[in-house]
Amino acid sequence: MLTMKKVASFEVEYFQYLNADSQVVAELPSFAQNAADLIPFYREMVLTRLFDQKAVVLQRTGRMGTYASSEGQEASMIGLGRAMRREDVLFPTYREHGVYFARGVSMTEIFTYWGGNESGMNFSRVPDDFPVCIPIATQIPHAAGAAYAFKYRKQARVAVAVCGDGATSKGDFYEGLNAAGVWNLPCVFVVVNNQWAISLPRSKQSVCQTMAQKAIAAGIPGEQCDGNDVIAVYDRMDQALRKARSGGGPTVLEAVTYRMRDHTTADDASRYRQQEEVDQQRKRDPIMRLKKYLVEQHAWSEEQDEQLLSEVGADVEAATKEYLDTPPRPPHTIFDCLYETLPKAYLEQMSQLSKQGEASHE
Amino acid sequence: MSELTLLEAVNRALAFELDKDENVILIGEDIGVNGGVFRATDGLQKRFGAARVVDTPLAESLIAGMSIGMAAQGLKPVAEIQFMGFIYPTIDQMLSHASRLRNRTRGRLSCPMVLRAPFGGGIHAPEHHSESTESMLAHIPGLRVVIPSSPARAYGLLLAAIRDPDPVVFLEPKRIYRMLKQELEDNGEALPLDVCFTVRQGSDITLVTWGAMMHETLEAANKLEAEGIDCEVIDVATIKPLDMETILESVQRTGRCVIVHEAARTAGFGAEIAANLAEHGLMHLFAPVVRVTGYDTVMPLHQLEKYYLPSTESICSAVRKTMAFA
Repeated sequence: MLTMKKVASFEVEYFQYLNADSQVVAELPSFAQNAADLIPFYREMVLTRLFDQKAVVLQRTGRMGTYASSEGQEASMIGLGRAMRREDVLFPTYREHGVYFARGVSMTEIFTYWGGNESGMNFSRVPDDFPVCIPIATQIPHAAGAAYAFKYRKQARVAVAVCGDGATSKGDFYEGLNAAGVWNLPCVFVVVNNQWAISLPRSKQSVCQTMAQKAIAAGIPGEQCDGNDVIAVYDRMDQALRKARSGGGPTVLEAVTYRMRDHTTADDASRYRQQEEVDQQRKRDPIMRLKKYLVEQHAWSEEQDEQLLSEVGADVEAATKEYLDTPPRPPHTIFDCLYETLPKAYLEQMSQLSKQGEASHE
Repeated sequence: MSELTLLEAVNRALAFELDKDENVILIGEDIGVNGGVFRATDGLQKRFGAARVVDTPLAESLIAGMSIGMAAQGLKPVAEIQFMGFIYPTIDQMLSHASRLRNRTRGRLSCPMVLRAPFGGGIHAPEHHSESTESMLAHIPGLRVVIPSSPARAYGLLLAAIRDPDPVVFLEPKRIYRMLKQELEDNGEALPLDVCFTVRQGSDITLVTWGAMMHETLEAANKLEAEGIDCEVIDVATIKPLDMETILESVQRTGRCVIVHEAARTAGFGAEIAANLAEHGLMHLFAPVVRVTGYDTVMPLHQLEKYYLPSTESICSAVRKTMAFA
């Protein structure tokens, strides 16, 4: 008799500690049991939001180039950034400003890059972190390669790649996950599912129930968390990083969040999504959610909040000034870092540009 | 000293560098136990271990992308793409990342990787296994594109490519993988990148070529010698960056130039050399620069490939035509 047997099975878990109404819905992990310990998270989330608002203003007033806003994704960014160790290496998209800040990259550096100067990616505090990755999902294999190096050299470091929901449709996403599985590499792949890939909604990106389950095809675990709950993001990242660091292999973590603004300052989301949806999502706002919780726990007050906004606002202004006061690089420097040593073949072009630069300066 | 084929020379260079530098890691499809489909990595996994000679899943973009992540961590990955026809999924990684990682971090990160691939026609391979698309890669700022034309050149240039601090695409002309042998000392001595090699001195005309076409070009030069035409032959070797100085110096003496390549003519790398000659060498020319190239067609399957590839005779006839100008 022909019988059917199950040859594989899987499930995808969902994690949430603090719901949209700031209620605790599961037993808090130890790092979050004392509400006051969450204040540094809150501070970095607020900083990322204020930076973001300033960046949009700078673009709108012609003082910065096209910029990808991260508003609404602060819990995902700060949760994952704070969970990483300094020696771990980040492979981000172009929207992970908060992760960079949590890792010690300065606001001036990020302003400088989006202001049109590559020098902004010459980070002073995280020498190995990758620059923003603009082509979708191409950073995923980079993380697998770096993780291979960590494993080869027996270093207790983890490569963390971050991508969006759209990236999960691309080949590089699967190729990287699959390789990390084959070699049991110390990697964490974070899918920041913000529901929109420019104009394409999550429902048209893929009919799979979760993005996390795409890990299953690569034979590695995948799980989902509320990406607007910083406790959940930090907790799941922390677990995945510990596992990777101790030889347990890669994990995919899907953080479900929402892109509150246009794809970039060059986009107009009103062409393809309803304002009602955005208004609805505002109720899930990660910063309001944490603030309300901290206040209810008597760990935070309106006075403290005003103080914080004014302090962080001053930091953002100082970074803005530093960025705006930085002169552009001399034109010929576009040849400086093309190769370690510029080949003879290009010396003439460089000198031509130098003369042109001097002439236009006069 | 031993007589080695180009393929064996590649193998020796890889082995020498694996032995010398523990940061060197080979990755690619079927390169481990199988030693690569052409056997370029034969025996290397057994000697250096599976952590350093790594069989990857069947995913070319991964191979290039992983190499970038490894290289940024200070490893020196030497990646094999099985055939140039399968290099195209890596173009995104090579163009968007490998070639510009140094620039886009202002020197903070770099990408000392080598991407090896056999290329070119003439071995009766299936479809997609015979093209020569080196000029596509040569168009990418920040890359080096290196093509050996002999066993000695393969050995010395591959060592140089692995030791180079920037990304190098190393294209191996597979038609001559086993065609000729050369006395070669496995001494770890690299050849210089970024320079052309003058392989035959002559005073009447300069023939410029690279890769497998060197064979037909030298054959043509020898044949033409009997007709009283004294050909200088230049092996470009590194097509990007191009050492135009050596070519110009030669053409200034000979006043004539024929460029030979297997790739399709339009926007082939010969066009770049011809344009440079027009810009910088026009006053020294007695005759128009002529290109002998593949046709602007899809590379035919093997029944017709011999009609596609430039032949000794087509090179001779281009030279005679050029010499006819007073």
